[in-house]
Amino acid sequence: MSKILIRGAQVLGGEPQDVLIDGDTIAATARQGEIDGSGTGLSAEGATVVEADGKVLLPGLVDLHTHLREPGREDSETVLTGTRAAASGGYTSVFAMANTFPVADTAGVVEQVYRLGKESGYCDVQPIGAVTVGLEGKKLAELGAMHESAAGVTVFSDDGKCVDDAVIMRRALEYVKAFGGVVAQHAQEPRLTEGAQMNEGVVSAELGLGGWPAVAEESIIARDVLLAEHVGSRVHICHLSTAGSVEIVRWAKSRGIDVTAEVTPHHLLLTDELVRSYNPVYKVNPPLRTERDVMALREALADGTIDIVATDHAPHPHEDKDCEWGAAAMGMVGLETALSVVQHTMVDTGLLTWAGVADRMSHTPARIGQADGHGRPVSAGEPANLTLVDPAYRGPVDPAGFASRSRNTPYEGRELPGRVTHTWLRGRATLVDGKLQ
Amino acid sequence: MMRHLISAADLTRDDAVLILDTAEEMARVADRPIKKLPTLRGRTVVNLFFEDSTRTRISFEAAEKRLSADVINFTAKGSSVSKGESLKDTAQTLEAMGVDAVVIRHGASGAPYTLANSGWIDAAVINAGDGTHQHPTQALLDAFTMRRRLVGRDAGLGQDLAGKRVTIVGDILHSRVARSNVDLLHTLGADVTLVAPPTLVPVGVEHWPCEVSYDLDRVLPKSDAVMMLRVQRERMNAAFFPTEREYSRRYGLDGERMARMPEHAIVMHPGPMVRGMEITAEVADSDRCTVVEQVANGVSIRMAVLYLLLGGNEPAVTHTRPATERPAHTVLSDEEK
Ligand SMILES: [Zn+2]
Repeated sequence: MSKILIRGAQVLGGEPQDVLIDGDTIAATARQGEIDGSGTGLSAEGATVVEADGKVLLPGLVDLHTHLREPGREDSETVLTGTRAAASGGYTSVFAMANTFPVADTAGVVEQVYRLGKESGYCDVQPIGAVTVGLEGKKLAELGAMHESAAGVTVFSDDGKCVDDAVIMRRALEYVKAFGGVVAQHAQEPRLTEGAQMNEGVVSAELGLGGWPAVAEESIIARDVLLAEHVGSRVHICHLSTAGSVEIVRWAKSRGIDVTAEVTPHHLLLTDELVRSYNPVYKVNPPLRTERDVMALREALADGTIDIVATDHAPHPHEDKDCEWGAAAMGMVGLETALSVVQHTMVDTGLLTWAGVADRMSHTPARIGQADGHGRPVSAGEPANLTLVDPAYRGPVDPAGFASRSRNTPYEGRELPGRVTHTWLRGRATLVDGKLQ
Repeated sequence: MMRHLISAADLTRDDAVLILDTAEEMARVADRPIKKLPTLRGRTVVNLFFEDSTRTRISFEAAEKRLSADVINFTAKGSSVSKGESLKDTAQTLEAMGVDAVVIRHGASGAPYTLANSGWIDAAVINAGDGTHQHPTQALLDAFTMRRRLVGRDAGLGQDLAGKRVTIVGDILHSRVARSNVDLLHTLGADVTLVAPPTLVPVGVEHWPCEVSYDLDRVLPKSDAVMMLRVQRERMNAAFFPTEREYSRRYGLDGERMARMPEHAIVMHPGPMVRGMEITAEVADSDRCTVVEQVANGVSIRMAVLYLLLGGNEPAVTHTRPATERPAHTVLSDEEK
C-alpha cells in the first residue's frame, strides 16, 4: 500500500493541514505537523512527502462537459490524450459528450468510451448519451439501454445541437425520470442562428459576420425550464452565455424549478471584441458575448444561480483553425486552463473562495452527473481524488506543453495565475510537479 | 499610405483624398490614345476570386493592365476550393511565385484580413469584397463619383465631401457596399442616412456613424445623393419583407419619388440593377443616374489604389523591381502568353 503525505496544504483554501493518503483513500487530515509522531496514532512512515506550503488542496475536479472526440476524430483528441489533458488540469472525472462518430446513442458506443476511459487510467470517463438517434432531434435514442449498460449513463445530451423540438424535449425530460437521469441542453434555437458566426451585436454589425443572437439561447432556456416544471423533471443548461439566460435561470430557481446550469471558463473571461482579429481561435459555440454578459455570468456563478463551471473542451486539429474565420471549426480546448481562468476571474476578483471553487468545479458537477466517488469532502475515509494548486504561480500559457492532442487555446501567451501541480486519482498520482505520470 | 487595403474604415481623410486625387490623374490616362502607364511594369498582380464577380474582376484587370502589371487571374469557384485550407494553400502558391499584390474577392467576411495578417504571404492585399463585410474600392469609386458630380471635377481636387447628404437605400444587413460607404463617407465629412425596412438593418447599427430611417419619402428631399442597393428576391422568401410589390412601393425609386429629390441630386447604384425592384427603368436611364460613370470611375480608383500601394512614393514612371528580386520561376503574364 502506498502512502502519501501532503504537508501543509490549505485544504479548500483554509488553514494549512497535513493530509495522509493511504492506498486509494484519504486516511487522515490533521493540523499541520500533527500526523507524524504527535501521538495521534497515525504514522506517515514510508510515505512519499509532498511539501505543499502555500498550495491549495481541492477535491479532484469534475468536468460535466468534455469532448474527447473518440471514436471518430482521433486526429483532434483520443480518450487517452483527453484524459491526460484532464489530469494536467486537475480533473479526476470527465463527462464525455456524445457527438462522436459514430454518435454515442447506443449502449455499444457508450460502453466503448467507458472502457477506453478505464484503460487510460488518468481520469474517470463517464460517457454522456445522445438524447436522440444520431443527434438528429427526431427520435429518442435508447436512453434506458444506455443507462443500464456498463457505462451507467446518467446524463443525456445532443450537445453541438439543440433538442429544438418541444415535444421530443418534453418526452426526454419525462423519460429519464425513470432512472434519475438528466437532460443537458445545448440551448440554440436553430432558425434564429442560421449562418451564425459570432454574437449578434455591435461587433457583428461591423464585421459583417452572421449574428448568433442572445435570444436564440434565452428562448430555448425559457421553454425548457417551463417544460421541466410542467412535467416535474430535472433539466441542465449547458454553457450558458448571456445575461438574459442568467435572469431566466434565476427566475426558474426562485419558482422552484429543478434546473441547473453551467458556464465555461472562456465565457467568464473573453468577449466578442476579440473577434475583430478574425482569429478563428476565438470562434466558439455559443459565441463569446459582451462585457456585460461576462460580468453577469461571473456574478451568477458567485451567487449560485449558475451551479458549475464546465470546460466544453473542444479540441480541433491545427488545419481546422488555420484558415479564414468563416471556414473554421467552432470550439476551444479548456481542460488545462480552466482552473487558472476561474482563479483569475472569480478567486482573484474576490467573487469566490477556494471552497466555492471546490463546490462549482467538483462537488456540484459530481452531484449533477452522479459521479460516484468524486466531488467528495477532503476528509478521512473518502476516496483520494485530489488536486493540488499553486495559486501564486504566474506565467504565460504555452500550448506547446499541452497534453491535449490539439492546441486551439485562446490563451496562448496570455499571463494567467495558478498552476495545478499534483493530481491524484484514487490515491494514484497522475500529475506530479506539473508532470504527467 | 498603408500596405494593404482591407477596410474603408482603415483610411484616414488624407489617405482617402489622396486616393481620389490620384484617381483624377489616372482618369486622364483613359483620355489618351494609348491608355497605358509603365508604372507597374515587372510587377505581378493576382486577381484571386473565390466568388464570381465578372464586373469587379474586369475592372481590376483593366486597372492593372493600364499600369502595365503582369496579371494572373485565379478564379476558384466551386465547392472543392471553397474550404478554408485552400485559401492558405493558394496564398502559399502565390507567395512562391513572388506575387506583389493580391486582389481578393471572398465569400467569407474577414478572409482578406486573414490573408493580410496571417503571415502566409508577403504581398499587398486589396479587398475586392468579402462576405457582408467590406468592399473598399467600391466605396472609393462611389465617393469619387460624388465628388465629381457634387463638388466638381477640378474644383474637387484636395476636397472631401463635407456637408454632403448621402442616403443609402435597401438591403443594408447583407451589404458590404453599405458598410464600406458608411465608413468612408463619414471619414470624408458627409452625412449618411440608411433607409431600409427594419428587417434589413443590422442589430448594432446604432453604433455606426450615420442615421437610420424606415421612411424613404421623408429623407429624399434632403439628399444630395441617393444610393440604391440591390435587393435580392430571395430575401422575400426568407421573410425579410412580405412581397416584391410591397418592397417596391415603400423602398423602390421611381420617377415620382426622384422628382422629390433636390434638382442637383444624383442617383447611384453599385450594379447590377434589378429594374422594377429597387429602381425603375425610368430612373435608371435618367441622366441623374450615375451607374455608367461609376463603372468607368472604378477603373481609375483601382489604378490609384494599386499605384499608391505598390509604388506610390516613387515616380509614377519606369518603376520596376531590380532584376535580382524577380522570382526564379517567372509566371506567364497575360501579355507574355
Ligand atoms: Zn454545446
